[in-house]
Amino acid sequence: MEAKFEPRIVAFCCNWCSYAGADLAGVSRYQYPPGVRIVRVMCSGRVEPVFIFDAFKNGADGVIVTGCLPGDCHYVSGNLNAERRVEKTRKALEYLGLGAERLRLEWISASEGMKFAEVMRGFSEEIKELGPSPLKSQVKNE
Amino acid sequence: MNEEEEIRIGVFVCRCGVNIGGVVDCDEVARYAATLPGVVCTSVNKFTCSDSGQADIQEHIRKYNLNRVVVAACTPKTHEPTFRVCCEEAGLNQYLFEFVNIRDQCSWMHIWDHEGATKKAKDLVRMGVYRAKLLEPLEESEVAVDPNAVVIGAGVAGMQAAMDLGDMGFHVYLVEKEPSIGGRMARFDKVFPTNDCSICILGPKMVEVARNENIEIMSYAEVVEVEGFVGNFEVTIEHKPRYIDMDKCNGCAQCAEECPVEVPYDFNEGFGTRGAAYVPFPQAVPLRAVIDLENCLRSEGKKCNACTKACDRDAIDFSQEKRYSKVKAGVIIVAPGSVTYDPEQRNDYGYGIYDNVITTMEFERLLNADGPTEGHVIRASDCKEPMRLGFINCVGSRDIKTNVHCSGGVCCMFNMKNAILLKEKRPEISCYIFYIDIRAPFRGYDEFYNRARDIGIRFIRGRPSEVIELENGNLVIRAEDTLKGEVRNIEVDLVVLGTGIVPHKDIEKISKMLKIPRAADGLLMEAHPKLGPVDTVLEGVFVAGGASGPKDIPFAVAQGSGAASRAARLLVTGKTKIEGITAVSDESCIGCGLCVDVCPYGALTLDEKENRVMVVEAICKGCGTCAATCPVGAMEQRHFKNEQVEAQVKNLFTLA
Repeated sequence: MEAKFEPRIVAFCCNWCSYAGADLAGVSRYQYPPGVRIVRVMCSGRVEPVFIFDAFKNGADGVIVTGCLPGDCHYVSGNLNAERRVEKTRKALEYLGLGAERLRLEWISASEGMKFAEVMRGFSEEIKELGPSPLKSQVKNE
Repeated sequence: MNEEEEIRIGVFVCRCGVNIGGVVDCDEVARYAATLPGVVCTSVNKFTCSDSGQADIQEHIRKYNLNRVVVAACTPKTHEPTFRVCCEEAGLNQYLFEFVNIRDQCSWMHIWDHEGATKKAKDLVRMGVYRAKLLEPLEESEVAVDPNAVVIGAGVAGMQAAMDLGDMGFHVYLVEKEPSIGGRMARFDKVFPTNDCSICILGPKMVEVARNENIEIMSYAEVVEVEGFVGNFEVTIEHKPRYIDMDKCNGCAQCAEECPVEVPYDFNEGFGTRGAAYVPFPQAVPLRAVIDLENCLRSEGKKCNACTKACDRDAIDFSQEKRYSKVKAGVIIVAPGSVTYDPEQRNDYGYGIYDNVITTMEFERLLNADGPTEGHVIRASDCKEPMRLGFINCVGSRDIKTNVHCSGGVCCMFNMKNAILLKEKRPEISCYIFYIDIRAPFRGYDEFYNRARDIGIRFIRGRPSEVIELENGNLVIRAEDTLKGEVRNIEVDLVVLGTGIVPHKDIEKISKMLKIPRAADGLLMEAHPKLGPVDTVLEGVFVAGGASGPKDIPFAVAQGSGAASRAARLLVTGKTKIEGITAVSDESCIGCGLCVDVCPYGALTLDEKENRVMVVEAICKGCGTCAATCPVGAMEQRHFKNEQVEAQVKNLFTLA
C-alpha cells in the first residue's frame, strides 16, 4: 500500500436529484477528491446490496448511496426502499467485519451542489480515518 | 443484438475547449481507451457536441462499422439527447450509446489535480466501455398526446399561457384556487416603470380569457392529484363549494350588502371588511359572488338568511358540496405564482406591534382609488395623512436571518414606484428609501430610478437596524448611512416595508404532487436555468411566472407565452416518444410478488395462473426498484440491468 492513503469512494447517484447535484457541484467548481467515482442509476431504489458488495470487492473503501429528499423522490418512494436496503446492508457489513460506517446514505437534491461536495469531502475524510478497506489486501488486479 | 456479433466500440473524448482539456490529458485518455477490449477506434475533439464533432462520430460509425459509441464529455443531463440523435442518424440504436461524464463530475471537480483527474477520467471511460459492451438496443414507444392542457394558477403568467394555447385551438382547463382569476397583479395599484393602472390593463385581459371559447375557467378549484405521464395526464380537480348558482348569479353584490358578517378584506390586504357573502372585487372574473362558509353565521348554527333574502335571482344555494372532477390533458403548465414575505412572523421593524408600520402591498391598496381609503394614504394610529414616509427595502430578502435570496429587483422597483406615486401627487411629502443596493436592471428601470431622485426622493444606503415608536405614533428609523459613514435617526410618520418574494405555501404541495424538484430558495426548479427556463424535469410539465423565481410582470407574461409554446410542440404533433427504459421480467420469476409491493405505480401484476409477474409497460416509469427487490434476478430494468451496472462497478478503480 502506498504511503499516502487516498480513499476510493463509490457514489451511487439517482438521475433526478443527486446526479444533478453532482453536476451542479461541478458547474459551481466545489471541489472534492478524485477518489470519488459516481455510478448513475435512474433511482436510488435501484441500488441492490449486490452492487454495494461488488464495489467493496472491487476496491472501494467506502460506498455512498444518494437520492432525492424524502417526499421528493421522482419515483414517489424509491428512495425509501433505498433507505431500508442500505440499513440492512450496513448490518451485513458490520457482521462481515467491514464496518457499517463504510456505507452511508445521503439525500441530496438537484440544487444542492455545495452539499454534494461537502458530503463527498466529509465521507472521504471519515474513510481516511478508518483506513483502507480490509478487503483490499485480498483482491488482485484483473 | 446477435450473440456472436463482434463488439465494435468507438470512444470519443471531448476537450470542451479548456473545460476538460485544460485539466484532463484527453490524448492520454484516448490512448488508454484504445487499449480496452472491444474498442476499435478513438477520437479526440475540441467540441464533440459541435457539428463537426457529431459528424466525426457519424463518420467513425460508418468507417469502422461501430455498434457501440462512448462519448466522454460533459453530462448526460444536458447532452445525452444530442448524442443519441447523432447515433440514430448514423443508423445506430440510440440506447447503444454510452455517456461518460468527465467534465461536470471530473475536470471541474478536480481543477488543481490534473494527474488525479486524468487518472479518474481513464477509470470512468473504462467503466463506460465495459458497460457499453453489454448495452442492448431498445425501442422508444410512441404515445398519443391528448389535445387538452391544464394550467395551474390564473395569475398573469397562467392567463397568458392559457390564452396562447386557447388561441392555437387547444382546449385549456385554467384552474385557479381563488374565486377570481387575475392573481397578484389584480391587487396592484400601478405598475412600474410606466405607472399604468394595473387593473385597467389586466381587466380587459381577464375578460378576454373568459371570452376565449377554448378556455374553461375553473375558479375556486385546486388540482389535488396528477396521474399518468406526458401526453396522458389524468388530473383530479377539487371544486370548493361556492354556495352560489353560477348560472343565476350576476355579481350584483346585493348579498354582500346584506350580509351581517364582517371579515377582514383579503383583497385589500386585510384593510376594511367584506361580508361572508362577497364578490371578490369589482373586476373579478367570473363576476360572481361567493360565500365563505367558514365565516358565515350558518357555520355557528345560526339561522341567517340575509343573503338568500337579498338575492332576487334565487342564486344562493347552501346545498352545494365539495366535488371532484377528472380531466385528461396532454400537458400541464404550472403557474401558481409566489407571495411576499410576511413580516408578522418576526415582527420585523415592529410590524404587527406598531400601528404605523405597514407592508408595501398594504400601501399599494391604500394608494388604490378602489382601495379601503379610496386612494388616500392615511396612517392607522390617528387616521392622519403622513407627511414623512420611510420605505425600507429587502425585508425578508437578502437577509441571513429570514431569506438570503434577492427578489430580483422586483421589490426595489415596487417600493420606488410607490414612493414616486405619492411624491408626484403631493410633492411636499418627504420620502426616504433605505436600500442595500438598487437593482433596476431592465428597459426603463434605471430611468425610473433617476426620476425618483430627480423629484426629491431621498435614497439612504443602509439596512436599518431598528424602528422605534414614539408616543405620538411617529417612528424613528435608525440606520447606518454607509455612503456617509454615519448613523442616521430619521423620524417619519409611516414606515413601509418592502417585503421580499418568497414561495407560495402551495409550492411544496405542487412540487410533491408533480415531482418537480425545488431549488434552494424553495421555488420550483426549471429543467435548465439557462436553456430550459420553462421546462421541468418532468416531460410534458412546464413552469411559468413567479413559481420558478421572482419575476416582474413582463417576465411572467413572457414565460407564460414561452411555456405555452413549449407545450404546443407536443399538442400540435399529437404524439411523443417515451423512454425505452422499463422493467422486464423473465420466466425465472417465482411469483413471490415482492416487486408488486414496491412498485409505486402499480405497473406490475401477478399472474396467478402463470405464477409470474407481468409488467404493464405503458405505466412503468423505469425506476428499477422492482429489479433491486427481486430475489432471483428475474425482474430487470432495461438499460440498467444487473450485469450492465455491475460492469461499471467492477471497473471503478485501477487496482495497484
